[in-house]
Parts: sequence; structure tokens; C-alpha cells
Amino acid sequence: MVEESSIFGKGFTVRGGDFANAGEVSCKVRNILKEIGINSDIIRRVAIVAYEAEMNVVMYAREGTLSFEVTPDRIKLVMEDEGNGIENIELAMQEGYSTATDEIREMGFGAGMGLPNIKKNSDDFKINSIVGKGTRVEVTIST
Amino acid sequence: MKLSEVQKILQAEVLCGEESLDLELDTACGSDLMSDVLAFTKRGALLLTGLTNAQAIRTAEIADIKAVVFVRGKRPDEGVIKLAESKNIPILATRFLMFESCGMLYENGMVGVSQLKEAVGDG
Ligand SMILES: Nc1ncnc2c1ncn2[C@@H]1O[C@H](COP(=O)(O)OP(=O)(O)OP(=O)(O)O)[C@@H](O)[C@H]1O
Ligand SMILES: [Mg+2]
Repeated sequence: MVEESSIFGKGFTVRGGDFANAGEVSCKVRNILKEIGINSDIIRRVAIVAYEAEMNVVMYAREGTLSFEVTPDRIKLVMEDEGNGIENIELAMQEGYSTATDEIREMGFGAGMGLPNIKKNSDDFKINSIVGKGTRVEVTIST
Repeated sequence: MKLSEVQKILQAEVLCGEESLDLELDTACGSDLMSDVLAFTKRGALLLTGLTNAQAIRTAEIADIKAVVFVRGKRPDEGVIKLAESKNIPILATRFLMFESCGMLYENGMVGVSQLKEAVGDG
């Protein structure tokens, strides 16, 4: 996905069930964007998108890759995972809809706000999922 | 409101970030649900939560939350304190419950996120 005009791009692996490190990849992305000198309101939006997507992979998938790319006019984030996928995307996108287990809820997640949060913070949002295979979330935020 | 005032009002113990008590906080948010925190807080906020795991700290970093107060006498383990130190996020612990803690701060002039919005929007 790296384009010619790309200023910066990188990919990270996110492991499903790895609650000890859950969120650290997004924290790294945030720090890289800070170093590049991106506007802090933009960074906050990118970080929230990355974090919600990362937590979803940790909670619901086997393994995922978070890649991001910075070009002069936008930041693009792609989270692609191998997992069970989402059967009904329309339902999953609804605020409050969650299949989180009690264990996940005890960790502070399962409000059913993650995907809606991702969409709200995006300028462009795409989600594709194949049941039994995995899910792909692609987000663009203009800078 | 300064973090040092928050500490005094909540009779809180400083678990890390003693050197940051001078921090100025614009607003506060109380929640145990991290996605709600990400959806409804503004940068520069104080987070009050009963969730004492690493996720509370990482959520704070992601949302540009300046400081965290653990309510209901809950204590994080050493690893969580270390994580907060490494991210430069001060953490306090109070024995007061969530409702009491929020109420005490509110009574002393701390505003919520929606009030902050109005204040900014209406000039
Ligand atoms: N990567 C994924 N793989 C499989 N299922 C997913 C994935 N992401 C989301 N889901 C499903 O969609 C539902 C809604 O996701 P969403 O992120 O909005 O809320 P949540 O994760 O349940 O709670 P919160 O994000 O508020 O902690 C999840 O409960 C889960 O069933
Ligand atoms: Mg989620």
C-alpha cells in the first residue's frame, strides 16, 4: 500500500488474546506521528481509530496487522485480521451492540462503541468481513 | 483545576507523577468503560475510573488524558504504575466512590465535557 508520495509507512502485528500488550501498537503509532510532527487533534483521531481496531483484534480475532501510511494530505490506517469475522456488519456498527464476554467487560471493554467510534473519527471508513476468515477495516483521515 | 487540588479534595494518594501535581486540568470524565472514555472525553481531561489495569493507562495515553484517579480504594499492581510512569501519566488513588469523587470535584468547580463544549462554542 506504500505510495510514491508516502512520507512514512509501517506495519505492526497484533496478536489475538494478548491482553498484556493490548493497545501498545496504537501507542507506538501515536508516538511515531508525534515525532513526524502531525497536528495533535489529527493524532488523537488516528490514535483512537487504531486503538479501537487493535482492541477488537485482541478481543475477537486470532491475529491482525495494523499498517499506516502518511502522505502529505492524509493518513491511512488499515487493520486486517484473521479470525471469525463479523456476520452482520450493520448490527456490529450500531452503538451499544457487543458480543463481549464477561471477561472482556471486566477489562473495561464491551460498550459496543468501538466501531462507531472508529467511523466517527474517520473521514473515510470501509469495513469488510468474511465469516470464518477475517475482517478488514480501512480508514482515511485528512490532515 | 490543578491536579494538586484534585489530590487535596479527594484526599488521594499519589501513586506516580508526584512532580506533575502542577498540571492544569480542563475537564473530567468518570467511567469504567474505555470506549466511552474515547467517545466522550476531550484532550487534557482527568479520568476517574475503577478500572485499574493497563488498559486504563493506555486509554488515557490514546485520548490525551492528562491524569488518572483510581476510585473506590482500588489499587493497581506495580506493573500498571510502571506503565503510567513510562508514559508520564500521573496516577492518584482515592478511597471515595465514583459518585462521591465526581461530586466532590464538580462541587469545587471542575466542569464536564459537555459544559466545556458549550463554554467554547458560545464564546
Ligand atoms: N475484528 C473483529 N473480528 C470479529 N468480530 C468483531 C471484530 N470487531 C468487532 N467485532 C464484533 O462487532 C461487535 C461490535 O464491535 P465494537 O468495537 O463496536 O464494540 P465492542 O468491541 O463489543 O465494545 P467496545 O469497542 O465498546 O469495547 C463486537 O462485539 C464483535 O462481536
Ligand atoms: Mg471494540
